[in-house]
Amino acid sequence: MTDSIARPAGRGGRTKRFTRQFESAAAALFLAPNLLGFLVFTSLPILAALLLSLCEWDPIADPVTRIQFVGLKNFVNLLGFHHGAEGWAANDPDFWQFTGNTLFLMLSIPVSMSLSLLLAMALNQKIRGITVFRTIFYIPSIAAGVGTMILWLWIFNPQYGPINMALQWVGLRGPNWLSDYFWAKPALMIMGIATSMGGATTVLYLAGLQDVSRDLYEAATLDGAAVWARFRHVTWPALRPVTFFIFVIAVIDGFQGGFDVGYVMTKGGPDGATTTLSYYTWREAFQYFHEGYASALAMVMFAVISIATVLNWRHGRESVNL
Amino acid sequence: MKNPLIVKGLQRLLWWGLVTVGLFMLFPFFWMAITSVKESGDVFAAKPNWIPWLQFRPTIKPYHVVWTEISFARYTLNSLAIALAVTAGQVLTSSLAAFAFARLRFPGRDQIFLSYLGTMMVPATVTMIPVYILLRELHWIDTYKALILPAMFSAYGTFLLRQFFVSIPRELEEAARVDGCGYFGIYRQIILPLSLPALSTLAIFTFIGNWRSFMWPLIVTNSDEHYTLPVGLAAFRTLHGTIDWPVLMAGSMLMTIPMILVFILGQRYFIEGIRLGGVKG
Repeated sequence: MTDSIARPAGRGGRTKRFTRQFESAAAALFLAPNLLGFLVFTSLPILAALLLSLCEWDPIADPVTRIQFVGLKNFVNLLGFHHGAEGWAANDPDFWQFTGNTLFLMLSIPVSMSLSLLLAMALNQKIRGITVFRTIFYIPSIAAGVGTMILWLWIFNPQYGPINMALQWVGLRGPNWLSDYFWAKPALMIMGIATSMGGATTVLYLAGLQDVSRDLYEAATLDGAAVWARFRHVTWPALRPVTFFIFVIAVIDGFQGGFDVGYVMTKGGPDGATTTLSYYTWREAFQYFHEGYASALAMVMFAVISIATVLNWRHGRESVNL
Repeated sequence: MKNPLIVKGLQRLLWWGLVTVGLFMLFPFFWMAITSVKESGDVFAAKPNWIPWLQFRPTIKPYHVVWTEISFARYTLNSLAIALAVTAGQVLTSSLAAFAFARLRFPGRDQIFLSYLGTMMVPATVTMIPVYILLRELHWIDTYKALILPAMFSAYGTFLLRQFFVSIPRELEEAARVDGCGYFGIYRQIILPLSLPALSTLAIFTFIGNWRSFMWPLIVTNSDEHYTLPVGLAAFRTLHGTIDWPVLMAGSMLMTIPMILVFILGQRYFIEGIRLGGVKG
C-alpha cells in the first residue's frame, strides 16, 4: 500500500505521533459500523458454526435439550462408512446422493460458458441494433428469481408447456420433466442455462473480446488465418484469464446452488433427484432442527469449495500465464 | 476482409439469427404478461390465443385478486422497504469502511481487509444457522430487523468501493486538506462525489440482489405481515393445489418488472459492476 498520505514534514516527533493517533482514531470511527456488522453477522457466526458442527442441539425439542458437545460425531455420521449386513455402506447415503446431484447439475457449467461465449462473439459484431440486442439478451438473467421459476413451471408443464407442445407437434411424447426422476435434473440444467445466458458471463466475455487487441487480429488476417484458426490461436488464448475467472466463480456458486429452485419448483424431488447440498442443509437446519448436523454439512461444503477453488487456482494459473 | 458481398450476407444472417434467439428468450416473458390479463378459462385453449382483444378478452382481474385478496400489496411494500433500507445501509457502511481501508493508516489495516476478503468465499449456509439462532434469542424472528440488519453489512461492497477509492488521485485530497477539511469532509466532499459511478453500481446490485433474495427471508419470516414478494409468491404457489396461472403470473409480473426497469435505467452501471467485480448478474 502506498504510504503517501503526505503531510507537512514533521515539526518534531510529538506532532507526528499525535496525527498518527488521530488518524487511527478517525479510522476506527469510519470502520466501526461495518466492522461491527461484519463481526456479528459474518466472522463470529463462522466460528460459531464451527463449534456447532461439533455439537448436538435441537433448539425446538420438547423437553428442551441442552447443547451437547459430541466431538466429530456429526462428521462421522455424515462422511463415514460402516460395515453392515450387506457389506460396507455409507452412514448417510442421502449425503452422497445429494453431493452427486450437486455435481451433476454443475455439468451445465461448460455448456453455459460455451453458449455465452458464442453469444458474446455474435454480440461483438458491428451489426444494426447491437445495443438493443445486448439489452434484450441480458433481460432473462436480470429477471431471474421466484417469478421466473414459476414461469418455468409452465414451460415444463407436461401437458400445456411449450416444450412438450412443440415435441408433440413433431410427433414425440415429451417426458414429465420435473416429476420424472431421470429428467428433473436435465430440466433444471436447461432452465439454468436459458436464464443465465446473456447475463454476467456474456458481459464478461464481451468485455474480454473487446480487449483482444486489434493488432493481433490484423496480424492474423495478414497471415490468412481462417476463422476457426483465428479463434483457436488468437481469440481463445486471449480469453483464457476471463474463462478461468468465470469458471472459478461458477464452481463456487455451483456448490452452493439449488436451494431456491428446489424449494419453489421441485421440493427437492422426485425422490431426492433435485436435492442439492444447500437444500439438504436448509432442510436439516430448518425443517428437522438438527442444528449441529446441518452445521457440519455447511462446514463440509465450505471445505469442498475451498479445495476446489485452490485446485482451480493452481491448475488455472499455469494456463493463464501465457 | 474478403468479398464485401459475402461479409454483408453473413452479417444479415447473424442479424436474423440473433432476432430468432432473442424472440425465443423473450417469449416466456411475453406469455407471462398475456397470461396475467386472462381469465383462468382462457389460459390453456385448444389453439394458441396470444393476441389480446383479437383472440381473448383481457381482464385486470388477476391483478385485482393479487392486490386485494392475497396480501401482495403488503409483500410489495415489504420488499421495497427492505431492499431500500438494505441498499442505503450497505452503501453507507461500506463506503465509510472503504474510505478507512483506502485512505487512512491504522494498525492492522491490511489484516482486517484480508479477513474481509477471506470471508467472501464462505457459503451462506455456514453463517445462516448461527445468525438465525442469535436472532431467535433476541426475539427478532419475523421482524423487519431480521430481514434488514444481517443483509446491511457486506464485505463485497466494501471491497468494491475500496478498489475504486484507491484509484482516486490524492492531489485532490491534499487541496481540500490545505483548505482545512477534516477526514469526514474529505469523505463527504471529495471521495463520495467522485465515486458516484461505483456507488450507483453497488446500490443497483444490492437492490436487485435483495429484491430477489429468497432463502434468508424464507427462514426468518413466518407471517403474511413480513413476507417479501418472493416468499409470498412461493407460499401462494404451494398453498393451492391447483395452480391459478393468471394470478400467479400477475404476482410474477410484480416481482419481475421492477428488476427489469432498474436494469434498463441503470444499464451502464451494471456492465461496469460486472467488469469490476464479476458479480452475479
